[in-house]
Amino acid sequence: MLTVTDLTAGYGPVRALDGVSFTAERGQVTAVLGANGAGKTTLLRTISGLHRAERGSVDLDGERLDRVAADRMPARGLAHVPEGRGVITELTVEENLRLGALGRTGRLDPADLERVYGLFPVLADRRAATAHVLSGGERQMLVVGRALMARPTTLLLDEPSLGLAPRIVAQIFELLRGLVESESLTVLLVEQNARSALSIAHHGVVLNLGRVVADDDADALAADDQLRHAYLGF
Amino acid sequence: MQQLLNTALGGLTLGMVYAAFALALVLIWRSTRVVNFAQAPMAMVTTFIALVIVDAGHSYWLAFAAALASGLVLGAVVERVVIRPVEGGPEINAVILTLGLFIVLHALAAVVFGNRYRSFPAPFGVRGIEVGGTTIALTGFGIFTILAVLATMGLLLLLFQRTDIGLRMRASAFNPEVARLLGVRVGRMLTLGWALASLVGSLAGLLIAGGSLVHPGYMDSVVVYGFVAAVLGGLDSPFGAVVGGLLLGLALSFVSGYVGSQLVALAALVILMLVLVLRPGGLFAQTAARRV
Amino acid sequence: MAALRTRAAGWWSGSILGRHLLVALLGLVVVVAVSESVSDFRNLQLASMAYLGIAAGGLTVLTGLNGQISLGHGALMAIGAYTTALLLDDREASTPLPLVVLAAVVVTLVVGIAVGAAAARLHGPYLAGATLALAVAVPGIALYFKEQLGGEQGLRVVVPDIPTWALDLAYFVTGQDLTRSRYVAYLAWFTLIVTFVLLANLSRSRVGRRWRAVRDDEVAAELAGVRLGRSRVSAFVVSAAAAGAAGAMMAVTVRLAAPSGFTLTLSLTLLSAVVLGGLGSLAGALIGAALLTFLPQVVTDLGVDAGLSDIRAAELAPLVYGVVMVLVVLLAPAGIVGTVRGAVLRRRGRSAPPAATTTGAAADPTTSTSTSTSTDAGPDPGASPGTSTDPDSTATTTSKGSTT
Ligand SMILES: Nc1ncnc2c1ncn2[C@@H]1O[C@H](COP(=O)(O)OP(=O)(O)OP(=O)(O)O)[C@@H](O)[C@H]1O
Ligand SMILES: [Mg+2]
Repeated sequence: MLTVTDLTAGYGPVRALDGVSFTAERGQVTAVLGANGAGKTTLLRTISGLHRAERGSVDLDGERLDRVAADRMPARGLAHVPEGRGVITELTVEENLRLGALGRTGRLDPADLERVYGLFPVLADRRAATAHVLSGGERQMLVVGRALMARPTTLLLDEPSLGLAPRIVAQIFELLRGLVESESLTVLLVEQNARSALSIAHHGVVLNLGRVVADDDADALAADDQLRHAYLGF
Repeated sequence: MQQLLNTALGGLTLGMVYAAFALALVLIWRSTRVVNFAQAPMAMVTTFIALVIVDAGHSYWLAFAAALASGLVLGAVVERVVIRPVEGGPEINAVILTLGLFIVLHALAAVVFGNRYRSFPAPFGVRGIEVGGTTIALTGFGIFTILAVLATMGLLLLLFQRTDIGLRMRASAFNPEVARLLGVRVGRMLTLGWALASLVGSLAGLLIAGGSLVHPGYMDSVVVYGFVAAVLGGLDSPFGAVVGGLLLGLALSFVSGYVGSQLVALAALVILMLVLVLRPGGLFAQTAARRV
Repeated sequence: MAALRTRAAGWWSGSILGRHLLVALLGLVVVVAVSESVSDFRNLQLASMAYLGIAAGGLTVLTGLNGQISLGHGALMAIGAYTTALLLDDREASTPLPLVVLAAVVVTLVVGIAVGAAAARLHGPYLAGATLALAVAVPGIALYFKEQLGGEQGLRVVVPDIPTWALDLAYFVTGQDLTRSRYVAYLAWFTLIVTFVLLANLSRSRVGRRWRAVRDDEVAAELAGVRLGRSRVSAFVVSAAAAGAAGAMMAVTVRLAAPSGFTLTLSLTLLSAVVLGGLGSLAGALIGAALLTFLPQVVTDLGVDAGLSDIRAAELAPLVYGVVMVLVVLLAPAGIVGTVRGAVLRRRGRSAPPAATTTGAAADPTTSTSTSTSTDAGPDPGASPGTSTDPDSTATTTSKGSTT
């Protein structure tokens, strides 16, 4: 369970997060929605320690997470798949995956590698290729697979659907839903595409200008016409 | 014919040293986007440390090891103390810092060790080897130079390609933020990178110094040649740096042998300018060079 | 609207030129007053300060305004100095001094174009590396062409006799006879004043605004139609020309052009002068030059008192420059002038807060000197490469940007 309380952060005079509080339950997908510039990326970056909070706290399964450095997060069971260029394109596919495993234990368990290759057979075929040559969808699979290599309990995903064909998005979301159930992951899913995010999420949080404007079950959010028109755009 | 061969052999030996130095520059450039011009005086200082040990009556090899070890430490300290505070800041600040360091180490060496030329020992012969009655320009120390550089490069290759720590170092250099999210202690990796680069620089310094004269400025031109070699190879590529170093060593050896040793640095400048105009991405660039 | 703005800009630059000339005139008066009241030895030192100041002024335009680094200004000075020496090789040499200086500037300019067109076009460490190569290569040229350039010994420089009008004028103004040292000091300072007025105006002109735009944010500058490469090359060439003038004055002052005068150390200490003074500020360049001229004596004496040999003690001065240079970048990136200005602005700011404060300054209390009064500041101060102070502007922009 990930609990965020009164989280406030910004860039100089810009307030990107203003007293954000919510809870993401274990074994559930919590969607974080909102327009461009709502503060979604900043939220994830602040949770994972890449950005400093001015105020507020983050709790993961009863342990304080703020003040923990970003590079200690994998050891706490948290994996953050960043927005956009998360693949280290100069390394090979397998090196990217190996790197994912090193963060948690410092050692690579071949079984993890086989599991990820089982989930994403495309990656297995291209394990020795430089990640540079992968397509957008393959890259997205690689970063998700790499996050799983650390056997996280909590997964932060920043717009995994960005630039992908609907079929691939559906495939990735399907897989995510399966993982959440089988491994009881806590997933925080940031999405522009509110409709498809709510279709797999259990719960949703809507941000606007750095504040939480709605926090409810996914079905309830999807049913709220006013909210949909005002913030979700569908 | 004889002269041609000897010039080429001399160039090969020198090229190996330039390759090592270029490699040191590239390692740092890749990870921290700084061309460490202070690499020259850093190597010089460690060579003087070796000289002090030799002068105290100890063996060459002890001095050799001590110089490499002090290179390692010096690199780490410089990254931690001087470079770290400006990492991620404007590029120009880091460059100015390395130049400040350049001046400091130079002056410090002159104050502590004196400003005159001193001879530095070599563990192997520095006379040409006799082959079938004629002496060729390959010396015992020259062979040692080539082998030492090759061994160092082999070890570095193993480290970077075959070990977890090498993987972490490469990840930190290519994408520090993602590396951090994956649990890599990026700061430590950068420190280690500087330390290793500085060690390679020290090796180059010792190899240049062997059987020759040293003074506080004796590495200054080598940093120029190392830089030109690195640019020849594309500045980002360790492999390119090595090839660039060898090519430059050969070219400069011919300039020195057939034109005049005073013009070697000018030749390096001309080569640099030609590369920048014709192939700014280096000799092996596949794509057209970045415009900015 | 646009026409109005152009006219307003024209009026402004006119007024700035007026201000620069006024400052120049005041400077001239100060120079005469100081020069007349000190010994011949001190006058030669003043001349040294002037030629170092000219070179540092050129370098500060390159580094402070355009964000590039040259490690070869010493070598460029050498080119100016050797040109001067070749033209002033004996007393019969009939080339008038202004022409000699002009020739030195032109030759250096040509070298500057060659090196700049190759290296400054590109973003990155290329200019620094190429100019470092220049610094190491140039002394070798003098050694190789022994016949023409005098080898290790160098070339003597024969300063022409002081023209009668100058003697008369000096006597008329000061009531004293003009000694040769004083004449040289006047020459050097006059050159400095002319160079600085030109540089100050250039930096306020459209060209100067482009240099700053490129420094602050390359992408924004390119979008605004600035040709990045051309702008970088022009900044380097202007900077090189100033080094040429400095070299000419150095030749006239020390009456010798020899390789030992133009070591890499000269280039590096020039850079340290610019950093000490505060990048981008001509006043700072002058302060830096003063330190380069007068500090060595003091420090060397201290070293000798502390028991060092003369030769080793002489290395203490560069040691001090280097250490201070490192400390300045780490602790007070705005340099001497910028830091003082910052303190003054802060004090003023307490009574009347500046209209807009950039984020860079707010984030960094040690350098919070940034009030964005200039319209040419980049749109994103966080991306500004370097610590930079515009010459003659009342505001200094110092931002430690994050490149992430
Ligand atoms: N590095 C930065 N410097 C300054 N302001 C920033 C920075 N990053 C983000 N911001 C600002 O913070 C606010 C929130 O940005 P954030 O990236 O968190 O939005 P987002 O919800 O992820 O948007 P998108 O859907 O477009 O990715 C925006 O107003 C943005 O302009
Ligand atoms: Mg975002």
